[in-house]
Amino acid sequence: MSAHPLAGVIAGAARFVSGVQVVWLGSRPQARQTVYFANHTSHLDFVVLWSSLPENLREQTRPVAAQDYWESGLRRKVAVDVFNALLVPRGREGAGGQNGASARASETIDHLVLGMGDCYSLIIFPEGTRGTGEEVAPFKSGLYYLCRQKPGVQLVPVYMENLNRILPKGEFLPVPFIGRVAFGPPMAFDAAEPKADFLARARDAVCSLRQS
Amino acid sequence: MTQWFAAINPQLLWALGGVLGVLAVATIAGLVIKLVVKTPSAQGTIDNLNKRIRSWWVMVAIFALTLAVGPIGSLVLFGILSFLALREYITLVPTRRADHHTLFWTFFLFTPLQYFLLGIKWSGFVIVIPVYAFLFIPATMALAGDIQDFLERAAKIQWGLMICVYCMSYAPALLTLDIRGGYGPDAKLLLFLVIVDQLSDVLQYVWGKLLGRHKIAPVVSPNKTWEGFIGGVLSATAVGAGLWWMTPFTPAVAAAMSLLITLLGFAGGLVMSAIKRDRGVKDYGTLIEGHGGILDRMDSVIFAAPVFFHVVRFFYGIL
Repeated sequence: MSAHPLAGVIAGAARFVSGVQVVWLGSRPQARQTVYFANHTSHLDFVVLWSSLPENLREQTRPVAAQDYWESGLRRKVAVDVFNALLVPRGREGAGGQNGASARASETIDHLVLGMGDCYSLIIFPEGTRGTGEEVAPFKSGLYYLCRQKPGVQLVPVYMENLNRILPKGEFLPVPFIGRVAFGPPMAFDAAEPKADFLARARDAVCSLRQS
Repeated sequence: MTQWFAAINPQLLWALGGVLGVLAVATIAGLVIKLVVKTPSAQGTIDNLNKRIRSWWVMVAIFALTLAVGPIGSLVLFGILSFLALREYITLVPTRRADHHTLFWTFFLFTPLQYFLLGIKWSGFVIVIPVYAFLFIPATMALAGDIQDFLERAAKIQWGLMICVYCMSYAPALLTLDIRGGYGPDAKLLLFLVIVDQLSDVLQYVWGKLLGRHKIAPVVSPNKTWEGFIGGVLSATAVGAGLWWMTPFTPAVAAAMSLLITLLGFAGGLVMSAIKRDRGVKDYGTLIEGHGGILDRMDSVIFAAPVFFHVVRFFYGIL
């Protein structure tokens, strides 16, 4: 499937507004199934990350976005129709009892695995929600369970800088700071590693790409 | 429009032709030196030099085209440069979440307004930012309610607006000056300022590379040397004096004006460099290959333009 014609336009606009500098540190764009995982501070994140990828990788890459925010009306049109996003329910760990929560979580992972098929890459934000840009929150477990189900995919950490200053939580007028998207070296997944260690290591990989 | 084309007189074309000639010579010289030098460090220097020369072609082409369009062209060009410069500056300066609205109005109200006022030739352009924006910025920030580092934050935004927009806008403001004795208004004064100022930067770099020994400000700008400074200022002043025919000045006055421009340009380079060092970066951006960002290239114009404008207006303008 080829990318929606509007996707290029929106991606161009997002790159212009964010003036984004793209750097590949210890990795290079590769046409293989990849999970790009990044810090999350702005609604611009998935559009900017998607448009930072080389054109030939974009149409193979699906952002994962929160259902509760992106499901309605125009937002849904942009996310699903234009960017081919996968909408997932936001994980509320601990809510609704352990069993209910984990059942929903595993449904979400199945949905992601199905959405990846054997050709699509994913963009995910393992913090689960947008932060202030000062600190990267602890990662939710989804990334770990996804890796267990798809151990062969490449894991690329991404740090997105200044996007929270361009369009912070709760604002709709952008300020044109210069953003930066840094892709780090691919990370190995080892099924024997405990979940908490893996998630901490993944978070460190993202934070280590920070410039300042 | 036709009036403007009539005003693109032979002198302007001669000056632009001269710039292109110098660039052509520099391009050929760069290619020749590239073949001659052998050591890796010299190769690095010459590669960077050739990148700079390539970027010069692009910059000269853009500048010449906007001059040809007329005053609107130069205003739009400098308006865009101000916007990009302010963006480089603000990205480097710590701001807080509460500054968001203030910054929005700084970028999208005051920056275009300054150039709009120049476009309609309203002399109030000299007070809008120093008075109204100056008060607007802390007022909106106080309303946003975040008191942490309040004075620093307000001052940093005010300073960025003054440097990147207000001071920079004095360069195209030269197009609005009415000069006594039937000179202009046309683009030659702007071209004179830009040629002398940028040539001074280039010649300081060249003299510094050739003879530089004694550092002038090792902490602020390690590459600046006394030899480069004196050689650059003197040779750019000499060239400026030789360009008297495109200005309302006599050769002696053209030399004095050029000296003023080069000294202020030097101060601008030093100040903008001090900010970069303080923030721990080498360049303001990556927009111009080999040069860095807009602010790395425009730092000297920013300081020279307002003073040059007021001196010219005082001695030569119809007040």
